[in-house]
Parts: sequence; C-alpha cells; structure tokens
Amino acid sequence: MLWPRRMRDLWPWEPLREMQRLERDMHRLFSGLMPAAATRVWPPVNVWTGRDDTIVTAELPGVAPDKLDISVVGDTLSLSGTREPVEAREGQVVNQLERESGSFTRTIQLPYRVEPEKVEATYAKGVLRIRLPRLEADKPKQIAVKASL
Amino acid sequence: MAPDSKELQKQAAQAQPIEAERTERTPVFAPAADIYETDHGAVLLVDLPGCDEGAVDVRVEDGVLTVTGRVAPEAVPDHELTYCEYRQGNYERAFTVSELIDTDKIEATVRDGVLRLALPKVEAAKPKKVKIKVS
Repeated sequence: MLWPRRMRDLWPWEPLREMQRLERDMHRLFSGLMPAAATRVWPPVNVWTGRDDTIVTAELPGVAPDKLDISVVGDTLSLSGTREPVEAREGQVVNQLERESGSFTRTIQLPYRVEPEKVEATYAKGVLRIRLPRLEADKPKQIAVKASL
Repeated sequence: MAPDSKELQKQAAQAQPIEAERTERTPVFAPAADIYETDHGAVLLVDLPGCDEGAVDVRVEDGVLTVTGRVAPEAVPDHELTYCEYRQGNYERAFTVSELIDTDKIEATVRDGVLRLALPKVEAAKPKKVKIKVS
C-alpha cells in the first residue's frame, strides 16, 4: 500500500525515541511541581468572609506581636514576621526540631477592597486575628425597582 | 550525640491515645514539639495555638508524659469560612520520660500558645566536674 509507506517516511515511528521524549516531558512536568510541594506554607491561615468585613486568622504560636508586620494594599493583605528559633547555648543538644522558625511572608487576596485605616489586628493565645472592613465605596448598593404603571 | 540524649522520644504510634477510642467529634492533633537538652535537664516546647493556659494539662504517669490541650473552636458569627488552611481541635501528644528526669520538679508555662516544659534531671544524673589537683 502506498499510503502507510508514505506516512512512515514523513514521520517514522521510533519507540525508543518516543519513550525518551515522554520521560523528558514527565520530568519537566514534575520538576516544576516538586519544590512547591516540599516547602511548607507557614503560618496556616483561615479566611472568614462576611457582608461588611473579612476576618483573617493565623496560627502563629510563640511569635511576639512586635515581630509581626501587617500591611494592606487594595484587596491584598501581607503578613510577615520572624519566629525565633530555639536559642543555641553552649552545652545544649537539640534532640528534635519540628516547630517552624525563621522569617515568613504570606500574601492573601481578599474578596474585596479594604478600608486600610480601619483594619484591626489582635493577638491572643498564639492566634492572630485581623479584621478587614470592606471599602465603603465597594459595598453593594440596594437598588429599588420602581413599578411603572 | 551522646547516648543519653535520647531520653525523650516520641511515643510509638500504638500508644494510649490511639488505643482508647474517642467519644467526641472534635478533631485531635499531635502538636509540633522541639526538645533540647542541657547538663541540668531537658526543655520541651510544644505549639498549642488557640490554647488557654488553663486548658493545658500536663501529667506524668508510669514514665509517660502526656500533654493535652483543649481548644474552644472559634467561630465568627455571620461570617462564612471561605478559605481554610487549618482546622481547630484539641491537642494530644505523649513522650516517654527516663528515670533521669526528676518528675516532681517539672515546670510548665504557657505563653502565646507555646507550652514550655522544663524537665530537670535528678541530682545523681547531673554531670559533676572533677577538679584536678596539681601536685
């Protein structure tokens, strides 16, 4: 038959090369994913959305409130700070280190723009709570439907 | 590392918290812990975010130190949890304590959601410095 022969000339099927290409593609696909999976996101954050404000809570045990930096731009909340690692002293042996330490940064996109002057943050029992009121101009307006006779 | 630096070890998985079945629906988490040791004793740091000082319970029984922390789940009224990275629940974790630790003198403090346990060694276990006399 003429047609298969012509096809083979155009695009010869080489199983080995095909396998190598597949392997390369797979490798490229996963090499991009691996670093993201290995780094732990810290601190964990919960977002509670209400009609007029959003409340963001974060589990930050052992972080002094003055070591925290909270800023808001538009609808983006940035949270950064440092958690001091176990202080190294002479004659001290560290047997186990599980708690996260070092500097951290989290950026959270909020469902709406925020009134930056009215943002309040409290810290108690190792939990940070940030209240972010919705920008007045962004609040939904109720539109009354007029009945036309 | 010195052989006695493994005084505190994570309890094996089949330890008491799993043997006993739970009667509550609240989730229970094993909190992250740091352990470090000096000549005078060991220090245990346990992350218990959301835990009040009064809600933390530390007990030593048969060489097992158990830390339990109760958390009153915080719900925000009129708000919907739209994004969730952590769940709220109680904490429970057990550690084995060797006889080198003076269990009567364990001191516990809770600050900013971190439990700090100072576990002093018994006098006999503390290293003694021997002075060398110059003749």
